[in-house]
Amino acid sequence: MATKSLQKRNSDLANSNKQLELLSNGIFRNGELPTFKDKISETNQFPLKAKKLEILQINVGYMCNQVCEHCHVDAGPDRKEIMTRDTMRQCLDIIKNTGAHTLDLTGGAPEMNPDFRWFVEEAAKAGIKDFIVRSNLTIIRANKKYYDLPEFFKKHNVHVVSSMPHWTRGKTDKQRGNGVFDKSIKALQELNAIGYGMPGSGLRLDLVYNPSGAFLPGDQMAMEKDFKKGLMDDFGIQFHNLFAITNLPIARFLDYLIASENYDDYMYALVEAYNPTAVKNVMCTNTLSISWDGYLFDCDFNQMLGLPVNSKSKHVSEYNESLLEGRNIIISQHCYGCTAGAGSSCQGVVA
Amino acid sequence: MQKTYYDPADLRKFGKITEWSEELGNKFFEYYGKVFEEGALTAREKSLIALAVAHTEQCPYCIDAYTKDTLQRGVTKDEMMEAIHVGAAIKSGATLVHGVQMMNKVNKLDG
Repeated sequence: MATKSLQKRNSDLANSNKQLELLSNGIFRNGELPTFKDKISETNQFPLKAKKLEILQINVGYMCNQVCEHCHVDAGPDRKEIMTRDTMRQCLDIIKNTGAHTLDLTGGAPEMNPDFRWFVEEAAKAGIKDFIVRSNLTIIRANKKYYDLPEFFKKHNVHVVSSMPHWTRGKTDKQRGNGVFDKSIKALQELNAIGYGMPGSGLRLDLVYNPSGAFLPGDQMAMEKDFKKGLMDDFGIQFHNLFAITNLPIARFLDYLIASENYDDYMYALVEAYNPTAVKNVMCTNTLSISWDGYLFDCDFNQMLGLPVNSKSKHVSEYNESLLEGRNIIISQHCYGCTAGAGSSCQGVVA
Repeated sequence: MQKTYYDPADLRKFGKITEWSEELGNKFFEYYGKVFEEGALTAREKSLIALAVAHTEQCPYCIDAYTKDTLQRGVTKDEMMEAIHVGAAIKSGATLVHGVQMMNKVNKLDG
């Protein structure tokens, strides 16, 4: 189990250019597998273009209380990148004027940003339809100062989306660290107790599943059924929906694929499962990702790879929603992760 | 000719068997796909059966494929190993139940 970020370990892969180089060499350079650009060109889907903005995703910092094995953010307690209140103010201007129906706060553990609560209170006033906070669950139990988070979320009608790799302890702790399962269960029970995730409740609680190793996620509906049965039978826990998300070959997951000699096979699996229908609904076409320092990206993954949007409007200080619409999406081989099988996005399958 | 009988990369080429007999190959894959669809049994249950049979058949390609497939369906290590024991129990049971035949024969010849 990793205890430090790649950055802290001074790993080569902490450098996003190194990751991009890797993703363009080897089996993609020698023609064994088609590049993502060539693949989507086969069905005349190149260049991918941004449609009307629907989801505004804001990453308020890379600091996290966990060091998950496959984190695409390379997040951890040792990451110091954190969004300032000034940048949050600029984001609030955007939130007040955007046409997007969903606001999605992520991290790291977004709750660790010292201005998190202020930001949520202010953002909630904008009256956005769906206000998501991606909470890793254990943060709620990490320190007394976080114990009231469920009530805080409820007060602002926040839609809680949380990672839960499996309904059993062994598989969960392997991926997310020892003790994570028990803390997550406790947090879910607390959320349930105040109405989150209950049938018919307007307090939305969804879980995110991503595989614990070098394989693709199974059918989202079938997994949801198994999760619901497992969590209900053993712990009496309820939740609304399960989002099955594919691990993208970047950051710590890429590091793992290479170290475990699974990289080639995994890329083959992604390319073989390529689904042109998923390309049509891939999340970068309706999402914008804002980094802790206010830069704009087509998705959270491009943010981590240091690939900013291809637009004159590159930063919250010069935000222009109509200018961003229709921009060409920046792609590389990691994009195969969002187009495999039923597709994958921060909201689960897309096809 | 390759130096080993089995090459993991050959699994990816399974679909190519249709190239030398298109109609039969396609019919097989159509049947195969249908078998594993969700039915009276869930796709997860079918995958576990396939994993157990992969072992009793001792097919390395199938073991590779269904270990991955069961993992994808959220099957745990305990469940996988139990499934294999079911296969192994039937295999050993099938051997041992023939012991009755041996006993019958002994009793007839030397009873």
